Amino acid sequence: MQVRIQPEPFDLGAETNAFAAAQSGAGAVVTFTGLVRDIAGRLQAMEIEHYPGMTQKAIAAIVAEASERWDLTGALVIHRYGRLAPSEPIMMVATAAPHRAEAFAAAEFLMDYLKSRAPFWKKEITAEGAGWVAAKDEDEQALSRW
Amino acid sequence: MIDVLYFAWVRERIGLPRERIETQAATVNDLIAELSAREDRYAVAFSDRAALRVALDQELSEFSAPLAGVREVAFFPPMTGG
Repeated sequence: MQVRIQPEPFDLGAETNAFAAAQSGAGAVVTFTGLVRDIAGRLQAMEIEHYPGMTQKAIAAIVAEASERWDLTGALVIHRYGRLAPSEPIMMVATAAPHRAEAFAAAEFLMDYLKSRAPFWKKEITAEGAGWVAAKDEDEQALSRW
Repeated sequence: MIDVLYFAWVRERIGLPRERIETQAATVNDLIAELSAREDRYAVAFSDRAALRVALDQELSEFSAPLAGVREVAFFPPMTGG
């Protein structure tokens, strides 16, 4: 289980290949990547703030919970912070399991929890000004399905 | 002494990322009341508790939670990771 919090970009292909190669007994690898979404061509940048003392711990706890619920051979979470340009990758998760249903479910679980339980905050910078991205009610509700 | 940290718009409204506070507050709610009475910028930042989250020693917690033994309190809006 690996959790990395970093300002630097990551190479999705290289990370996925290295992750898959390190698995033993896996028959399925699922990856998800989140990108900086442009707002109708107006977004100049996205600034991602986090709580350094808490981020690693909070995500490790979420990954540990996923590992208890599903038979995973491994999981990887990379989440960036700092100033990102439109379309840049923000984060990725990868899960590996003997069968795909577990890998898919664990990846969705990780994403649902990362959205509202990992201490990150996004600020959108446009020519008209800057604003914090508000949490959505459906993100909180998404947790109730687990 | 307790370290109080602020993130995102809470940090912007209060105007600093962290401070060390001498307090006798028994709970998070008491600490909020104490800070809010101190200056307007705190009162504004803490005015809508439903829009705030609190972590005690890096664990999400409740506003009613006691502060005994806690070294670090963090206030922030609902998280928007992923």
